[in-house]
Amino acid sequence: MIEAKGLTKRYGATVAVDNLSFEVKPGKVTGFLGPNGAGKSTTMRMILGLDTPTSGDVRIDGQHYRDLRQPLTKIGALLDAKWVHPNRSARAHLAWMAASNKLPKSSVDKALEMVGLTSVANKRAGAYSLGMSQRLGIAGALLGDPEILLFDEPVNGLDPEGIVWIRTFMHRLADEGRTVLVSSHLLSEMALTAEELIVIGRGKLIAQSTTTEFVDRASGTTVKVRSPQLDQLQGVLNQQQLVTRIEDVEDQGKVLFVEGDTTTDQIGEAAAAEGIVLHELTLQRGSLEAAFMQMTGDSVQYHAHDEIAAVTDVTAVPPVSGAEVAAGPKEDN
Amino acid sequence: MSVITVERIKLFSTRSPWWCMIVAAVLTIGFAALTTGFLKGADEQRATIFITQPGAQLSQMVMMVMAALAVTTEYRFGTIRTSFQAVPQRTALLLGKTAVVAFLAGVVGLIASFGAWGIGNLFVSGADLSIDTPAEWRLLAGQGLIFALSAVIAVAIGILIRQSAGAIAILILWPLLVENLFNLIPKVGDDMAQWSPFANGSSFLNQGQDFGLAGSQGDYAMGPWLALLYFAGWAAALLTIALISASRRDA
Repeated sequence: MIEAKGLTKRYGATVAVDNLSFEVKPGKVTGFLGPNGAGKSTTMRMILGLDTPTSGDVRIDGQHYRDLRQPLTKIGALLDAKWVHPNRSARAHLAWMAASNKLPKSSVDKALEMVGLTSVANKRAGAYSLGMSQRLGIAGALLGDPEILLFDEPVNGLDPEGIVWIRTFMHRLADEGRTVLVSSHLLSEMALTAEELIVIGRGKLIAQSTTTEFVDRASGTTVKVRSPQLDQLQGVLNQQQLVTRIEDVEDQGKVLFVEGDTTTDQIGEAAAAEGIVLHELTLQRGSLEAAFMQMTGDSVQYHAHDEIAAVTDVTAVPPVSGAEVAAGPKEDN
Repeated sequence: MSVITVERIKLFSTRSPWWCMIVAAVLTIGFAALTTGFLKGADEQRATIFITQPGAQLSQMVMMVMAALAVTTEYRFGTIRTSFQAVPQRTALLLGKTAVVAFLAGVVGLIASFGAWGIGNLFVSGADLSIDTPAEWRLLAGQGLIFALSAVIAVAIGILIRQSAGAIAILILWPLLVENLFNLIPKVGDDMAQWSPFANGSSFLNQGQDFGLAGSQGDYAMGPWLALLYFAGWAAALLTIALISASRRDA
């Protein structure tokens, strides 16, 4: 488990990480989410003992990173795939890492095999594509077979094939019962990969919850119902104190939306009790993007010009048509 | 000693250290061939061990460049972070690097000095180049110590500067230029020059030598072994400052 308490990092007058407290729970993939410049990388560097916090601290299973004896067997990390000597072969790169933690030579071959670099292991790392470098970085993280893994923006700049590979790899690691903390500014990516989310903006914690909860809390859920007896159903639901509205949706005719704290179970049962025919009953979630934009809206460090920001807002409207999203960022936790 | 293994793998898995070591050895030996190969007649009779060693300082510079690069390339390519991540005990890791680099520099220093002496023996006939005074042994074997200690200084400067061009500039300008410029300062200049670290490194090697054709050398601040100790003191002090700074700084 990784535990941060009041973690703060100041560079002169700039506060990169501001009184950040969170827990990374064992055996899960936790997404570390925030806009560019929110302090994700700085936080990860502090976890790994590379940067010293101005105040507060972060511990791995109760220990500071700098006190770990063979850290690679406890926590593996890929912060930057470029951190290899371009004239050194992948095998030699992993060999010195293995030697530093007294790992057997076989661990190098195992790690290379795991990321599929065996055939190019003796080539110099400088000739690798970004995708291959990323794989080498992951091999380095897995070298000591650690229970905790840290990845900083692992899909950044990768082609679709590379992205899919990383994504499946993360799931595999989580299935093996490892703790994974993966940072990203790509929310859709996190929705696919992470169970838990730690959301930060401008160095401050915005939310820590499960991914589902985060989306629910931020943009709420809506139940969409299609039925030939819409008016009758609306009456029934209104009697149950539910907020409903009927809209004309293109190609689907009239559609009933039920908002607020409800489930498809409740509505299905209510309809069945009255003998109302249903053609569709679906729970619609707000997208992670919408939730994220809404929660971090105030904390994006470098705002675009207004017009561009406006365009971004339009694209960020959740696919739930007409779903009202609560205005203003919520301060959670 | 896993940090020794780590640094050994790092150093030998790229090509430039190999080149530096070969160039360093070849320079001293090649210069010895040039200084002794063209000697004729009376000059040849006056040849001494000392004149087989003029390339040593150049080789020493090359090894210092290698030593500094062993650190600064890690900063340049970010591998220093991977290193600190693998071994969070930074002082231990950097001491391991210093040990490996200094040992290699020492070995190259010995190959260079004795190799140059051997070449001198090949080219010079009729002069006595046998190693038979303690001073002559000190000149040849001591080259290993001087190479090793200057490599320690280079590693320390590399850690402090973290940037190849800057570190190399300091390491070349300091012994070759700055220490000599001290002589131009009135009154205190001579003392400053005599108490400069690299000047004492040379003084350890040069005292009591038969300079022969090379003419006489300047004054020395202290005896040869004290001079070596003084030079070693500089290396130790710089390395200590560098290690403290590396432990405190963000990587």
